[in-house]
Amino acid sequence: MEGFPILSLITFLPIVGMLIILFLPKEQQQAIRLTTLLITFIQIVLSVIMLMNFDYKASGIFDNSTFQFVEKFRWIEIPGISWLGTVKVDYFLGIDGLSMPMVLLTSIVTFIATLSSWNITKAVKGYFSLFLLLNTGMMGVFVALDFFLFYVFWEIMLLPMYFLIGIWGGPRKEYAAIKFFLYTLLGSIFMLLVMIGLYFSAKETLPDGARVFTFNLIELTNIANYSADGILAPMNPNNWRLVAYIALFIGFAIKVPMFPFHTWLPDAHVEAPTPISVILAGVLLKLGTYGMLRISFPIFPDITLQLAWYIGLFGMINIIYGAFCALAQKDFKKMIAYSSVSHMGYVLLGIASLSTTGINGAILQMFNHGTITAMLFLIVGVLYDRSHTRGIDDFGGIAIQMPIYTGFVTVAFFAAIGLPGLSGFISEALVFVGSFGSENIRILAMVSTLGILLGAAYMLWTLQRIFFGELNQKWNELKDLDWREYSMLIPLTLIILFLGIYPSAILDIMNSSVKSLVDFIITNANNFYITSL
Amino acid sequence: MTETILINIALVILFLPLLGFAATINLGAKIKKMYYFEIFIITATLILTIIAAFFKLSDFVNTQIGSSFTWIAFDTVKIDLGIKIDNITVIMLFVVNLISFLVHLFSLEYMKGDKRFNRYFAYLGIFTFSMLGIVLTDNLLMMYIFWELVGLSSYLLIGFWFEKKSASDAGKKAFLTNRIGDIGMFLGILILFANYNTFNFDVIYSQINLGILPFDSTVWLTAAGILLFMGAVGKSAQFPLHVWLPDAMEGPTPVSALIHAATMVAAGVYLCLRLFVMLTSDAMLVIAVVGAFTSFLAATIALTQTDIKRVLAYSTVSQLGYMIMSIGIGAYAFAFFHLVTHAFFKACLFLGSGSVIHAMHHSQELEDLGGLRKKMPVTYLTFLISTLAISGIPLTSGFLSKDGILAGTLAFGELTGHWLIPILGFTVALLTAFYMFRLLILTFHGKPGNQEKYNHAHESKWVMAFPLVLLSMLSIFIFYTPNPISAESGWFLDKWISTPETVVPESTRFEFMKSSDSELVDANFVHSKLYEETMHHVHYPAMILSVLLGGIGILFAFLFYQWKKINVDKLTNSIRPLYNLSKNKWYLDEIYNATFINGTLALSKIISWFDQYIVDGIVNGTAKITKIYSTYIKWIDTYIVDGLVNLTAILSGIIGLALRKLQTGKVQTYIVYVILSLLILLIVFKPV
Repeated sequence: MEGFPILSLITFLPIVGMLIILFLPKEQQQAIRLTTLLITFIQIVLSVIMLMNFDYKASGIFDNSTFQFVEKFRWIEIPGISWLGTVKVDYFLGIDGLSMPMVLLTSIVTFIATLSSWNITKAVKGYFSLFLLLNTGMMGVFVALDFFLFYVFWEIMLLPMYFLIGIWGGPRKEYAAIKFFLYTLLGSIFMLLVMIGLYFSAKETLPDGARVFTFNLIELTNIANYSADGILAPMNPNNWRLVAYIALFIGFAIKVPMFPFHTWLPDAHVEAPTPISVILAGVLLKLGTYGMLRISFPIFPDITLQLAWYIGLFGMINIIYGAFCALAQKDFKKMIAYSSVSHMGYVLLGIASLSTTGINGAILQMFNHGTITAMLFLIVGVLYDRSHTRGIDDFGGIAIQMPIYTGFVTVAFFAAIGLPGLSGFISEALVFVGSFGSENIRILAMVSTLGILLGAAYMLWTLQRIFFGELNQKWNELKDLDWREYSMLIPLTLIILFLGIYPSAILDIMNSSVKSLVDFIITNANNFYITSL
Repeated sequence: MTETILINIALVILFLPLLGFAATINLGAKIKKMYYFEIFIITATLILTIIAAFFKLSDFVNTQIGSSFTWIAFDTVKIDLGIKIDNITVIMLFVVNLISFLVHLFSLEYMKGDKRFNRYFAYLGIFTFSMLGIVLTDNLLMMYIFWELVGLSSYLLIGFWFEKKSASDAGKKAFLTNRIGDIGMFLGILILFANYNTFNFDVIYSQINLGILPFDSTVWLTAAGILLFMGAVGKSAQFPLHVWLPDAMEGPTPVSALIHAATMVAAGVYLCLRLFVMLTSDAMLVIAVVGAFTSFLAATIALTQTDIKRVLAYSTVSQLGYMIMSIGIGAYAFAFFHLVTHAFFKACLFLGSGSVIHAMHHSQELEDLGGLRKKMPVTYLTFLISTLAISGIPLTSGFLSKDGILAGTLAFGELTGHWLIPILGFTVALLTAFYMFRLLILTFHGKPGNQEKYNHAHESKWVMAFPLVLLSMLSIFIFYTPNPISAESGWFLDKWISTPETVVPESTRFEFMKSSDSELVDANFVHSKLYEETMHHVHYPAMILSVLLGGIGILFAFLFYQWKKINVDKLTNSIRPLYNLSKNKWYLDEIYNATFINGTLALSKIISWFDQYIVDGIVNGTAKITKIYSTYIKWIDTYIVDGLVNLTAILSGIIGLALRKLQTGKVQTYIVYVILSLLILLIVFKPV
């Protein structure tokens, strides 16, 4: 694999696809769809190749030499502008145990979402072009190791998402799209400010010995690179570091979405077409927590340790608050959207534990939530396509009419409830084991267990109202699943079952990275305290 | 037969039913006769179980066999899964698989014609798998995993006829009520894992034995015990979480027999047996009180219920209370013994009621029944034997196990001064005999309640009758001991089951469990000398009292319902409030609905409102303010900023217009301007 730019390939392949689609006449809808499907399938193949060549022992995180499939060259270089010195930005890609599962997840979810896009009939060409652009943005965020590049990918996602919701969405699509756009942009601004602040606080040493300001995420984790007067330098005794951390955190928290920044999510989900909901819940939400683990935690280990309790607190609030909101919903899709808020709370709780168990659980939960929620949104889509309604109380007895579909629903719902044997269980269990084991947030973990009960309550209640009881005669013509729906639901079911029985398939990928991250935070946080005292 | 073979057999026993489930659920829609595969699987499982149990109880009776593998490992965390085979395990395996097998048989006829016949058998398969997992596990995590899985199968089977709202309600209620207990259990597991970094029972116990306590405190040890016990409170339907079990009767009757009477509900008791050695005296007292109160509560409710299955359901709750209480008072062996005897006679009673319901075309109200004795002699006889067993009448298995528990309560009262427990225990013995015979008389004696249905009723076919006969046979003493009045001289308690030594610190043990006093210590530690002596001298009083009370209960049942010497209605009227309390199940469902359920729903509405109008309101408000602000800015921009620009333009226009007049284009005018200007200049710059 040496020297083969597999990461660039997997990231920019969709752009190639987009160009091909742009050259296709817009009547060739099937060709457009097949091109997209092929591209996303190649992405899956590529991520599997990566996984097969992946070194499970290499940790990454803060260690330049243990990142894998690295591609690095100078992208922008403006030499010698007065006091700025040389401005340079690297095209720097690489993955470690944190990003590998996310790359895998992204390729799986986008492939499934492509299948789910099959029945999009409005402006097919535009849709799939934007879809592929979005795909590049997401992949890029997970593989970028330069903050500037990370930011560029982060922003690239925004635009297609805006149009995909705003054009192909439901009745209130404009409102939802604008809300999504502005909210996320707000987060981006915070991120931009912190990025610039960090840039001016640290310098990396180039091979020729020159010291230049840097966006390199790995170099930024190294305390030796900071100058004492850098505004965000760890040894600088001001509070800007804390402010920057919070700003950056809010930027990521909006994506998670964390209470109280979550209200864009139900609107975006309800209005977005099914495949976009799948992508949104399956991948986009993970960007927030990924950003925290990739950027906030290693660059600000001191503040992370200081604020871990609050992260846990918000995780707990998400879990319980989201569950209560889900319980009150009358719209099927909105209910699932709030369940996402609740389930992402487990991720926050897990990472707040700052223990290997908790963070392993959190990343596994990111992966599992991605597949389970993708399945849940597909399920909503199946029913909506047939009935054109999403009111939970409008149904009843669907299990009689659509038994196979109901079987899949049961699997997905119980996976979301955290039934052992399905993937959701082990990640939630590890989150609880980790957070309970961390003395700092033990109480939060104990309160959060309430989420296990509430989660079962809203899921089972919904299951009962839609699927059980006498068949509502309005729906006696609904057909059970077709081949396309099988092709989306079966792979996800298999993944959910497989990871429920053999979670180590994902856990092993990230073990060494997570361990290294936790060790790094603990040791460096202490070092920083010592230097600042 | 070597240990390895035994382990492999156990693993096959565990996974066969899973295979049965997977095959039946996936192929059931296509292949109509798929349920035969499931029947085949359960038969094979039973045969293997008998082989395994036989060899374990003969060749390896004093050894514990186990095997495990690492499931998840990272950093310093290592999570093992494994199985453990001791005598309790194999006996449980036998009980579960035998009853499961009989229920499969019974269902062939009982469920005939159901449109989801194959699915029903598939669900029985996953239930059997999950239950066997609980039985075989050697660690808490696997216990929890299978614990949840039996919860799932119970949910699926209670709501099997999901067209009925009451059925799907009951399924949901069962799952959620159980989850409350499971949260407690999960927290208990978390406490232990946080301290011992393992889920394995034996490793944890050896650590506790070394004096390593959770968070270095006996309080946490007690807390862990009580929290884990909460799991049992849910699954074994103990107060205050017992409310799901009577509703679970919405499921098909063979399911009630298998899951909600004989096996799954006993899983809580089984869990407590596994935890027994780490229970402190405080935790045990809590368990004893919960068990005793539950058995009393349920017995009082059973007195007035009019649905044949509900009476049995409450009797199950009550008997489970006995078992739980038995653990709390330290009568470990009798708790397990009662679990086994109860499983057989209660399964027999439930299947008997199923036989009746089947014959009476799904009539299960007592007022419709009556007089069936002649029509259904086999059902009647087997039902009678089981009723005698549950009432604790000599020569039955129930007599042996119940008597042991009651003697235990008496000893406990004497040793600790907690007399409430034996008082409740003996009261329940009286009530049980009474309401069970009430049920028997109202169902099989007297006159038919519904003549038309009665006329069509007939004895069930052999596939239904055979399980009844076998189960009622197993309710006779001879299978457990050769001596009909002493269980301890039998192989069951003498050879197979012995009380393990507790590992908690001496300071947290009951006086009678302290090791300083245990002269009887040998390879199989039983109890301290004090306890043994007390047990001995309360044995006969307890036995006489319990038989007496049972007899009185039966006598009164006959006086009330058979011979009608006492007018029931009159008596009912004179104690109306008490009757209502019992009939309405102490109003607990109403109380829970009004508080917890409605409270949660109301809270969810409030939070959702808050989310929509406050949290999102702030977001939209911000947007609105920005919009209003921008209209002001626009106004300023249009009228002030742009206004200034326009003003300048307008002014220059006006000035231009004014000045334009000066430019006439006539040379004469210009000459006048020039001369005038020159004059002005001369005046201004006048030379001095």
